[in-house]
Amino acid sequence: MASISREEVAHLARLARLAVTDAELDVFAGQLDIIIGSVARVGEVAADDIPPTSHALPVTNVLRPDELGPSLARDEVLAAAPAAEDGRFRVPRILDDPE
Amino acid sequence: MTDVTRMDAAALGAEIASGHLSAVEVTRAHLDRIGAVDDKVRAFLHVDAAGALAAAGAVDERRAAGEELGPLAGVPLAMKDVVVTRGLPSTSGSKILQGWVPPYDATVTQRVRAAGIVMLGKTNMDEFAMGSSTENSAYGPSHNPWDLDRIPGGSSGGSSAAVSAYEAPLGIGTDTGGSIRQPAAVTGLVGHKPTYGGVSRYGLIAFSSSLDQAGPLSRTVLDAALLHEVIGGHDPADSTSIDAPVPAVVAAARDGARADLSGLRIGVVQELSGDGYESGVLDRFSDAVRLLTELGATITEVSCPHFGYALPAYYLIAPSECSSNLARFDAVRYGLRVGDDGVRGLEEVMSLTREAGFGAEVKRRIILGTYALSSGYYDAYYGQAQKVRTLISRDFAAGFKTCDVLVSPTTPTVAFPLGARVDDPMAMYAADLCTLPASLAGTPAISVPCGLSEGLPVGLQVMAPALADDRCYRVAAAVEAAVAGRDGQPILAAAPSL
Repeated sequence: MASISREEVAHLARLARLAVTDAELDVFAGQLDIIIGSVARVGEVAADDIPPTSHALPVTNVLRPDELGPSLARDEVLAAAPAAEDGRFRVPRILDDPE
Repeated sequence: MTDVTRMDAAALGAEIASGHLSAVEVTRAHLDRIGAVDDKVRAFLHVDAAGALAAAGAVDERRAAGEELGPLAGVPLAMKDVVVTRGLPSTSGSKILQGWVPPYDATVTQRVRAAGIVMLGKTNMDEFAMGSSTENSAYGPSHNPWDLDRIPGGSSGGSSAAVSAYEAPLGIGTDTGGSIRQPAAVTGLVGHKPTYGGVSRYGLIAFSSSLDQAGPLSRTVLDAALLHEVIGGHDPADSTSIDAPVPAVVAAARDGARADLSGLRIGVVQELSGDGYESGVLDRFSDAVRLLTELGATITEVSCPHFGYALPAYYLIAPSECSSNLARFDAVRYGLRVGDDGVRGLEEVMSLTREAGFGAEVKRRIILGTYALSSGYYDAYYGQAQKVRTLISRDFAAGFKTCDVLVSPTTPTVAFPLGARVDDPMAMYAADLCTLPASLAGTPAISVPCGLSEGLPVGLQVMAPALADDRCYRVAAAVEAAVAGRDGQPILAAAPSL
């Protein structure tokens, strides 16, 4: 039995903001089915009472003094953006047009 | 006249410091070498001849002014494209960052520049460091100088190809699941993944933040140690950076070169052999273990029962983290934007941009990670993988109770032919079988050449406890010396000339 369906892959791609093609979906669904079938082997390990590791070494939150410091030059940063206007990032429409 | 491109970094640094060679002539020689062979090797995505010569000229001027130079001042280096470089393109092997010129330097870049090391250019890699062959690069694969029809390893395959083709004596790689060690192994180089947190991640384009580490690639153990000491050490700009002195890896490499490992306890990991391993690789590994005994080490077999689950755990954890990290490519602040016609909304432009800008492996991993982090699947996949990660760390801890270091082959096979695994993701993932445990546990590990199988290099992996990187270098240097003594020459000397 397939562990993941073509429809589920399409849904995940939408969640991840990937406008995948039908041809890609055909390939990815088969490949991801095999990959997920294989990585599911982690379930064979008895680990109910084992704490999870998110970082291998102890990590503590690091704070710095709240002081002014140098930052990147605005124009240099905007020069690398796909579109800029009036010293700001220009983005595509984010709201529907008013009726 | 000596060919300076054949000299190692330590020797070049000494000749430049003493004035026998100028940094400019050393840099020119390497740029000429790139011009002569890189159309075959395709190690570089971007060569910065003008910047390299200017940096070299500055080193020569400092020397002429009587300044004391560091051991690698004036020595050329090949920088992996995942490391951001101010004023130099940094694509991470992806179309989504094509043409992006970062406005800042990574900490690794800053430290390389400050040491007077000359950056020749940016090297090819699997897109966003996801892969083991460079075949996932959006700009085409690099080629293994030992056999141009074979992979140079990945993801740091541009750096491994450059250093093994004598285009540069030093390379920077990054290693998330083996991306320094595996390329080093299949090209006959030394490659070290430092303890997680040992080298700053500030300015590395993130793939899997709990695993990513930058480290050195070179033709000798000492050269790798010299570069490690340049790039290592605490950095306030990386919250996971370890606030502790850099392990004394140069001293350890020099000590190891005496080829005496008396009293050292070495464990052979039983789980890292058997099915899926080429017999030629296992034979060279057995030879290396015998060599270690002759050097005075005591060998025991060690069982790490959860290492067999490193591959499935890694291919849940790394894609999960990547699906989150790569959300930054939103078509707003940098890189590609597709479909912005004034009519389409942000979400559609974002989806079209990511579709056009990412390659197949990156998309697969983003989808896989999104799946593993989904409500309803999280506990069975991502959560369970994190528990297995704990058990792998415990296996290491148990091994290091009785052993100073653990050893294994670095890769299950020698360099495979280009194209052999591109349509089979699981076969490609298996190239990382031996390197994944140390990645998940955050422990340091080095690959050092130990012999040839069917004319291609085989690597020995030496794994040490966290912050004991010096042990990796000591053992690797001893193996390097003993192998050169046994064979009458270093492994890389057997490579065909291009």
